[in-house]
Amino acid sequence: MSIGHTLLGLLESGPRHGYDLKRTFDEKFGHDRPLHYGQVYATMSRLLKNGLVEVDGVESDGGPERKRYAITDAGITDVGAWLSRPEKPEPYLQSTLYAKVVLALLTGRSASGLLDAQRSEHLRLMRVLTDRKRKGDLADQLICDYALFHLEADLRWLELTGARLDQLAEVIAP
Amino acid sequence: MTPAGSLLAAHDLRKAYGSTPALDGASFSVHPGEVVAVLGPSGSGKSTLLHCLAGIVVPDSGTLTYAGRDLSGMSDAERSSLRRGDFGFVFQFGQLVPELTCLENVALPLRLNGVKRKQAARTALEWLERLEVDDTAAKRPGEVSGGQGQRVAVARALVASPKVVFADEPTGALDSLNGERVMELLTESARSAGTAVVLVTHEARVAAYSDRDIVVRDGRVRDPEFAV
Repeated sequence: MSIGHTLLGLLESGPRHGYDLKRTFDEKFGHDRPLHYGQVYATMSRLLKNGLVEVDGVESDGGPERKRYAITDAGITDVGAWLSRPEKPEPYLQSTLYAKVVLALLTGRSASGLLDAQRSEHLRLMRVLTDRKRKGDLADQLICDYALFHLEADLRWLELTGARLDQLAEVIAP
Repeated sequence: MTPAGSLLAAHDLRKAYGSTPALDGASFSVHPGEVVAVLGPSGSGKSTLLHCLAGIVVPDSGTLTYAGRDLSGMSDAERSSLRRGDFGFVFQFGQLVPELTCLENVALPLRLNGVKRKQAARTALEWLERLEVDDTAAKRPGEVSGGQGQRVAVARALVASPKVVFADEPTGALDSLNGERVMELLTESARSAGTAVVLVTHEARVAAYSDRDIVVRDGRVRDPEFAV
């Protein structure tokens, strides 16, 4: 995820302090991986240098100084361009799983055992996500669904590969 | 050999249709209140296993134990009585009686068990409410959507407080949103009632609603509970 563009997008609704930005980001997108403060401030410095945000005010309230950031017109244009640009679909052509299957066959290890273990691990994660989805709000449901559909695609590949192991063993035989 | 604490257990089941083996040494167990997914590709023997476990099909060999009783030694009448009293069923489609209203469909297992009409209707309505389809009570199955029909079927499977529900591809004919809701309602209702669920599916997203899964391939079933 582009943290810079995401923080910029969050600023479009109004100026915020770095701390507010981090908290909002974590609430909406950082469920498992909250941002570090260092990441937020490094990103804001970069955006500031590129003229995409500006300092809207500085407060101290007796403590350390806190900058409030506002998005600039150039920043709004940048967010708009990012949102309208489709993400490049992942080609998924460098699969570790495929490499493991091939190596298992080449070295006389159990490729079907490997696939079974992977299937079991995928399903374990799918159970965790399904449970989180069941207990969560709509945002949680959509985030988990995204992951679940990808894991399901992996599982379909595991199943298909499992059915073609004999064929694959012949093709890759040295 | 029966895993400790299991409600329903099968050991080394074999079943062939003509010369084609459908089950080739299948072992399986489910504990009270547990949801177990039976996964595997089409034609792998999943449904035959479910039918054997539910006493619908008699295996050629192997042992089947339900609540400490040997199922293979039971007469047809005893097995029918077990299916009516202790088991519930949800299939992919075509399971509701088209001439009856949805309420009457749900009340049917209670009526067959001798519950009076009014009491049966009251309990059936509670289950329709629980499954969020009480608005279908007066409609016939042909007048409701696929998703609603499946929820009615789930209500009917659970209405008589069975010990085990057998679900064979219960979301197979539904879109993913309806399918997920049916799975949520089925597993939540079963867990809160302490009902075990044997869930046959080829969809991993559906299997993810289970507590654990087993895989059927070429009629062979592996259940880690039996691993020595």
